Amino acid sequence: MSGLLEFEDVSVTYRTSGGDVPAVRGVSLSVAAGEVVGIAGESGCGKSTLAATILRLQPPSAKVTGRVLFEGEDVQTMRWGDLRALRWAGASMVFQGALHSLNPVQRVGAQIAEPIRLHEESLSDSAVARRVGELLEQVGLPAARARAYPHQLSGGQRQRVMIAMALACGPRLIVADEPTTALDVMVQAQVLGVLRDLVREFDVGLVMISHDLSVLADLCDRIAVMYAGRVVEQGPAGKVFTDPLHPYAAALAASFPHIGDMAARYAPSGLPGDPPDPADLPTGCSFHPRCPKRFGACETTDPQLRSDSAGRAAACLLVEGR
Amino acid sequence: MTDTVLEARGLSVTFGSRGGPLARAVDGVDLSVRTGEIVALVGESGSGKTTLARALLGLERPSAGDVLLDGASLDRSARGLRAFRRRVQLVLQDPAGALNPRHTVYESVAEGIRLHRLDSATGRTETDLVAEALSSAGLRPPERLFLRYPHELSGGQRQRVLIAGALAMNPQLLVADEPVSSLDASIRGEILALILHLRDTLGLGVLVVTHDLGLAWNIADRIAVMYLGRVVEAGPTEDVLRDPQHPYTRALLSVVPEIDHMDPVVLTGEVPDPTRIPHGCRFHPRCPALADGSAAAVADACRGTALPILPAGEGHHTACHLVAARQGAAS
Repeated sequence: MSGLLEFEDVSVTYRTSGGDVPAVRGVSLSVAAGEVVGIAGESGCGKSTLAATILRLQPPSAKVTGRVLFEGEDVQTMRWGDLRALRWAGASMVFQGALHSLNPVQRVGAQIAEPIRLHEESLSDSAVARRVGELLEQVGLPAARARAYPHQLSGGQRQRVMIAMALACGPRLIVADEPTTALDVMVQAQVLGVLRDLVREFDVGLVMISHDLSVLADLCDRIAVMYAGRVVEQGPAGKVFTDPLHPYAAALAASFPHIGDMAARYAPSGLPGDPPDPADLPTGCSFHPRCPKRFGACETTDPQLRSDSAGRAAACLLVEGR
Repeated sequence: MTDTVLEARGLSVTFGSRGGPLARAVDGVDLSVRTGEIVALVGESGSGKTTLARALLGLERPSAGDVLLDGASLDRSARGLRAFRRRVQLVLQDPAGALNPRHTVYESVAEGIRLHRLDSATGRTETDLVAEALSSAGLRPPERLFLRYPHELSGGQRQRVLIAGALAMNPQLLVADEPVSSLDASIRGEILALILHLRDTLGLGVLVVTHDLGLAWNIADRIAVMYLGRVVEAGPTEDVLRDPQHPYTRALLSVVPEIDHMDPVVLTGEVPDPTRIPHGCRFHPRCPALADGSAAAVADACRGTALPILPAGEGHHTACHLVAARQGAAS
């Protein structure tokens, strides 16, 4: 399968005055056209840093090793001209927090038109306006909303505008970073429906980042669960959510109760402790201080991600021993 | 009911813009929270749940109806509100924004104690009270956190500091507005467990305002579903979430992301403008039962007849003409 996007042993290290901080440590992952891949994990696990490397959006203090291949070309080493062509037209991003990502003093139509004008300078004003109208309708908003300012829209409508903007130049890959985190369940369902239709209709690849495993399980084909800069489990979405192999993936899955499951009544499931400081990672398996199933060897042995025949993989000594 | 701590009776809150129409954000709500009871108030953005919570905290003046604490009408004099706000404490969402970044943990928790002069009222030192509040919120040993600043804490610790600030007041009731929505999945369970623990050990009543039905399933004894300023379904959590009656509750439940649930009913649009509440049943323009014809027999009532305010307290109640017709036919 030729990948649309391929991470090959990608590591990202932030150089700070206090020393090097590894944010992403050796991630390999691929996304095919028409495929939806979820990246799950807590704040600080490196998921957003990893996503930023797709468009070379990481800050200058970050050192990236390994290769990030978009349609076979290494994004991290390509020339500026090629990178400009890639951004928006090849791959685009839907950021979290639509309220803060939109310009408050510009009509949303003008904001959607901006990348179109940059990439297709020959288009007439009326053609651009028509395209903006079509994009808005694709995400379920009336074309007339192009004249609205961001404050005149609700949170869900603003998030739709962000998605319309990401679609503006017909990308082959969309990266959505927590696109529904601040939204209500009903509006979240509407936005997820828009994303699902886009993948089906245009065969784009979608990378969806979230800390909510239940949302990812609903939308994605495959899920990679990250912890402390590494992928600790990956596999088919339904399997990772309902039958996780890694104890961390299990804890994430259990934190969203199945409504109706009496075992979850008055028994919220959490994970004690906090994620480790990336500048000061625990020895052995970096999850062992919080792991409910740890044993002696976990403190000294760093487990590698191992795949099984069913396309599932986990980095856990318990899984290796099975 | 004698052990009802906080109660709303026929509560309405309207907002007016100069010359413009009145927005009926809360439009007639009966709701009660008892000692040691956790009630979840759920609904979409724009349903009025946060305005209702603010009115229950004495932060909004109702245009009609009343707020009662221990059965007595809320005293709206400055002194009365001050005493009320000690007994009913708010825990805000977004702990990163709610804590003053220049205050240490000690200062943040001690602020309320100083404001209400609780050290002289209880005969204990301020340090003692702060330490006790922090350990009740699960931050142990408390002394280690006294001099920390919010940016040095994890998200879960910040949320615990906010809860400690509320507990320091020795309240009877906590109002928690989306207490875990900005927290990571693994921390969410820890904070919910803390809320349950506080109810069990201190007998606190808790009103949780949320759009997260999983949270309600995890901790709430009762649930009230709000739509456009009214409670449309209320009852014991197990009854409401396992056997939802109102088409709105059913739709909300159907879109909770899970693998094997009912067919999702994604409502189009958003909660309407509270300046233009639809006639009849306020949900009828978005109602899937009316749209698919299953409510055809009661359609005239849906479009024309307003529904009564649901009673607070015991029982499973639904404000829906279709449900009423079904129940009438069954009995």
